[in-house]
Amino acid sequence: MAAEALVELENVRFARGSHPVLAGVDMHIPRGAIVALMGASGGGKTTMLNLMAGTLRPQSGQIRIAGQDLQKLSEDAMYGLRRQMGMLFQHSALFTDLSAFENVAFPLRRHFRLPENLLRKLVMMKLEAVGLRGAAGLFPAELSGGMGRRIALARAVVMDPMLIFYDEPFTGLDPISVGIIASLIKRLNTALGATSVLVSHDVEETFSIADYGFILAGGKIIAEGSPADLRASDSALARQFLGGQPDGPVPFHYPARQDYAAALRDSHAAGEVL
Amino acid sequence: MAMLEFIPQLGRRALQTVPGLGVASRFLLSSLLSVFNRHFSFQQLFRQIYGFGVRSLILMVVAAFFTGMVLGFQGYYALVRFGATSALGTLIALSLLRELGPVLTALLFAGRAGSALTAEISSMKATEQLSAMEMMAVNPLAWVVAPRLWAGIISVPILCAIFDLVGIFGGYLISVPVLGVDGGTFWAQMQSNVTFSGDILTGLFKALCFGVVVTWIAAWKGYTARPTAEGVGNATTLSVVTASLTVLGLDFILTALLFS
Ligand SMILES: Nc1ncnc2c1ncn2[C@@H]1O[C@H](COP(=O)(O)OP(=O)(O)O)[C@@H](O)[C@H]1O
Ligand SMILES: [Mg+2]
Repeated sequence: MAAEALVELENVRFARGSHPVLAGVDMHIPRGAIVALMGASGGGKTTMLNLMAGTLRPQSGQIRIAGQDLQKLSEDAMYGLRRQMGMLFQHSALFTDLSAFENVAFPLRRHFRLPENLLRKLVMMKLEAVGLRGAAGLFPAELSGGMGRRIALARAVVMDPMLIFYDEPFTGLDPISVGIIASLIKRLNTALGATSVLVSHDVEETFSIADYGFILAGGKIIAEGSPADLRASDSALARQFLGGQPDGPVPFHYPARQDYAAALRDSHAAGEVL
Repeated sequence: MAMLEFIPQLGRRALQTVPGLGVASRFLLSSLLSVFNRHFSFQQLFRQIYGFGVRSLILMVVAAFFTGMVLGFQGYYALVRFGATSALGTLIALSLLRELGPVLTALLFAGRAGSALTAEISSMKATEQLSAMEMMAVNPLAWVVAPRLWAGIISVPILCAIFDLVGIFGGYLISVPVLGVDGGTFWAQMQSNVTFSGDILTGLFKALCFGVVVTWIAAWKGYTARPTAEGVGNATTLSVVTASLTVLGLDFILTALLFS
């Protein structure tokens, strides 16, 4: 890619115990783009977002954001950098004891001493942008899934971040809410001049707003390119994933010790099903 | 054979526990020290102290009242045989101030406020609220954990003092109006035999130690709970059980050290 990269990952490895989640990931995320990160669940997509946000540290490899090597940042500097990032969590992660308004106001209250009327203006602007100014007084328990996600989105961008992470923003929403969230992601990215990293398995919705996509499988990036490139990809894995085929390079069957016929024979003999 | 396996198992268990304690201690220290973090808020601290007070005050008062009354009956029964009922006030006061006040306050606090604290922190973790906070560059130790820890440490000695006072009053109600012990002697004996630093302060010091231990365990169990509904439930139960046993064990150690 020719454009300047905001986020760069170089040979990033990360393991949970003996289980390697990421086995050498290279990625360049161009400034200003909406980049999709796709892959099977449990494949390490959330882990990758946490690595970029510095809440997890890789065992080896380098992660640079705006040229800064995350490994070399102190805890304080990391917190400072994070003020320029926003994340929409998979389950919204709204503070249940605060109203929608106070949820969105939370980062502003913690980081700045703003006069109350200015703070109200800033929060109302973001709530208006997600179409929920009218829900300012509601508590998370009173919001539908889609509304909760939109409030969380308003909270993620209230500090005008340069880099926004979306972890499965479409999962568990009705089609109308999916459409709303997708158009909001696109609009916010343009309005804020931000860069967005979007984790999703919703291929159609994601490709409708993404400029570039990565497919993660087996702990590595197996394909990347514009949505059109990816669709035309001749990688069997990429085709299986994008086409939603149940069997292919990623097998339908979880590996078993015995083949099916032998297992049936044995269970017949033992009088039980294993 | 069983014994031979038991010993290395015990050793392995100990080796697993010791580094665990180290991590838990670091958690305690860095939480307590984050009063200096810019995200620590005294408003949150006062709100937590108020919350602990509201949650446990009535419970403490009722429990203390009954404890004091039972002490009155049992003490009278023991003393009347030696014709020493004049010492009943002293007996009640010393039992409460040195032992029952701090221990029962801590146990009730673990059951009421400690369990609620574990449930709150672990469900914040399970619903990614703590991670969200970290993503917003707000340290969850400073904003969530520290005010709750400090509030517990401050509240338990205060609740203990209230427990002691109400307990003594309950004991008085049984001893004097019901059992007919002379009121003047009851108070006079108590006054001349209870010392401020030896009995009252050491009792409150015990309560302070229990406050640290109970809130530390409650916060730690919540912070390290598995982030699932089941994890929240388990952590809450474990928090009460661990805190209660630790209080009883620590009480033995403190009593041996302070009053020997
Ligand atoms: N806190 C954790 N402790 C242990 N293993 C974890 C934890 N979080 C995730 N994992 C494991 O790491 C792998 C990648 O998880 P994740 O990044 O959440 O996948 P994805 O977001 O792609 O579904 C999975 O095998 C998951 O079981
Ligand atoms: Mg995930």
